[in-house]
Amino acid sequence: MWDTFKTRWQQGHRTQAFPPAQPLPERFRGRPTIDAGRCAAGCTACRDACPTEAITLAPLTFDLGRCTFCPACAEACPSGAIAWTPDYRLATRTREGLLLRDAALPLATALDRKMRALFGRSLKLRQVSAGGCNGCELELQALNNVVFDLSRFGIQFVASPRHADGLVITGPVTANMRLALQKTYEAVPDPKLVIAVGACAISGGPFLNSPACHNGATSTVPVDLFIPGCPPHPLTILDGLLRLLGRLESGRERNTA
Amino acid sequence: MNLGGCSARNGVAVVTTAIPQLAPEAWRLWIVTTCQTARARLLALPTAATAEGGRCVYAILGLDTRNELRIAATTFPAGHAAYPALTPDLPEAQLFERVVYEQHGIFPEGHPWLKPVRTQRDYPFFAVEGDAVHEVAVGPVHAGIIEPGHFRFQCHGEQVLHLEIALGYQHRGASALLRVATPARRAVVAESLAGDTVIGHSWAYAQAIEGLAGVAVAHHAQQLRALALELERLANHVGDLGALAADIGYLPAAAYFGRLRGEFLNLLMELTGNRYGRSLVYPGGVCHAFTAALRARCGTKLAEAERDLKAIADLFFAESTVVTRLEQTGVVAKKVARQLGLVGPAARASNLLRDVRTDYPSGAYRFHYIPPVRLASGDVYARALLRVLEAQQALTFAAEQCRIVHRVEPGAPCESLAADRLVVSLIEGWRGEIVHVVRTDAYGAIDAYDVVDPSFHNWMGLAWACRGGQISDFPLCNKSFNLSYAGHDL
Ligand code: SF4
Repeated sequence: MWDTFKTRWQQGHRTQAFPPAQPLPERFRGRPTIDAGRCAAGCTACRDACPTEAITLAPLTFDLGRCTFCPACAEACPSGAIAWTPDYRLATRTREGLLLRDAALPLATALDRKMRALFGRSLKLRQVSAGGCNGCELELQALNNVVFDLSRFGIQFVASPRHADGLVITGPVTANMRLALQKTYEAVPDPKLVIAVGACAISGGPFLNSPACHNGATSTVPVDLFIPGCPPHPLTILDGLLRLLGRLESGRERNTA
Repeated sequence: MNLGGCSARNGVAVVTTAIPQLAPEAWRLWIVTTCQTARARLLALPTAATAEGGRCVYAILGLDTRNELRIAATTFPAGHAAYPALTPDLPEAQLFERVVYEQHGIFPEGHPWLKPVRTQRDYPFFAVEGDAVHEVAVGPVHAGIIEPGHFRFQCHGEQVLHLEIALGYQHRGASALLRVATPARRAVVAESLAGDTVIGHSWAYAQAIEGLAGVAVAHHAQQLRALALELERLANHVGDLGALAADIGYLPAAAYFGRLRGEFLNLLMELTGNRYGRSLVYPGGVCHAFTAALRARCGTKLAEAERDLKAIADLFFAESTVVTRLEQTGVVAKKVARQLGLVGPAARASNLLRDVRTDYPSGAYRFHYIPPVRLASGDVYARALLRVLEAQQALTFAAEQCRIVHRVEPGAPCESLAADRLVVSLIEGWRGEIVHVVRTDAYGAIDAYDVVDPSFHNWMGLAWACRGGQISDFPLCNKSFNLSYAGHDL
């Protein structure tokens, strides 16, 4: 008994404030910045280096929905036009929003008033892995640990789609999971939300155009929120969810519980 | 003793023509006798296309005590192909033969149960008949945040008579992509084979390519890889202990282990910019430098983690209700583990010494011996305790690497691969033995790529562990194995 208390005391309070007080580590690759002004004429180095065909040229465009945040393009670029920032805020409401030129990313806007009234203070989500490698799944699980403590925001993962307000989908949607995904979607009562987490669920990611997959969630269900990354950092997911619920505009974001 | 077949080593390519081609019956006999008399194991059964449209099947055998691999092949013409199945004499071959049949129609005559692996055909599940017998079906979508798979329990009251596991929902065509994709894409696919084993699989991939290119990697880069691999092992072992604690309902330990797991992921983040260590290992070296500041930071963090791990593990294992719940639950006896061909912690908890780091050491493990831990009881308790012991060793090893790794410079990329070669690359991931087998054609292009994730061997072990137990033991058994669905389905 005494040991239990002692260990409890040693472990201390570990829950992290949100937004975090400390920036993420230096090597963390969040939102990239691109400075097309530096590009040499006719250079295609970044596009050729990218493993997931995330870059198109003229004008230089990054598809953050395909990007795995590997550093290949920045390393290949001879003129330093591409750099990584530690900004973890990446979620958008539309697929087009993830096409980054030089303008800022249109971060996710809140749901309309009616939906916010329904879900704003209590959101129950059902997770479906449709070919995810377990990377995104683990980061979603990590949201439940004492550090990120998702439930302090009134968001919870539930066991049954019938108890859920929405789905969180990971993975490129394999042919073998498509039917199960459809059925799970239908089992969620209306009105419902769909959140695509990770490069695979947004575009197919590393499995882009694989004959065994369907290039992500939009192939099968409508999506309300896109959270890019490979896998996205738990803070990226948390930020996306809270933006969707309108919790980051109303000044209530400093919920440190 | 002449063992036959072509001798090979971990990560060293052999010339394809040096691999003996045997007639199917002779090939089968060679596999079975070598496994039965020389204590070899079947590590992989990859296939490759032949110029005539047929299929060449390679048997990769491992001689654990000799640090040696033996390879022999047989070729089947296009069209109807069959051979006497290995499985009746060598149960560990059962899943390999099912895959070869499913993908290429090569029929193993006499295979006891040739059911689907990754395709979804109409398949009548095994059913136990009887008055009070009932069936419980779970999945593919499970209650938690986990990958999909389908489980059928045949129960008599609370007792599980039989558990059948049907996977394949995660099949993404990964092996095919690894064969045809550009080198840049191959690297991210390799990292995504199992997202909790990024370092393990990306290292196995890099080691295979380095073997084919004949490139030697700088020692410090190898040490950094090993450091990352042990961090990955730590994160997962500690995470699994937390998951077990949660399933028992002992929440303090669940919360503390869960938090500690995050510390290792965050360390990987500081090292690589990604919590799972993506884009660290690439063919030829490592992507990131190991600076003095990082070295110091790693050292402090590891020392803290060592103290925490001890305190939390002591708390967990001192609780008699925890120990009673784990002991004698989900037992896999040594003999069964050997027959099923289990690998990794699951094998070592059933008293089988199998560890690539000591049996087929490569990279930094050639210079740094990690004495493998094994336990005898084969139950959930053994699989849990083994994780603590391995985590402690990993901490010591990682701290040691932190002290000695100094300059790390990116190596030369592996651009051209030798023609007509085959390489077997083995890495001991946290779940066990990872095998990548890669073959090049006459132009030095990859024409066959086969991956065996440790889960491939171990799913049957989980089904076995549940047999005869209570259905409520399943979550514990499951967590104690913690297998990859994506790694199995590929
Ligand atoms: S960081 Fe993204 S855009 Fe750049 S090369 Fe990697 S996947 Fe492509």
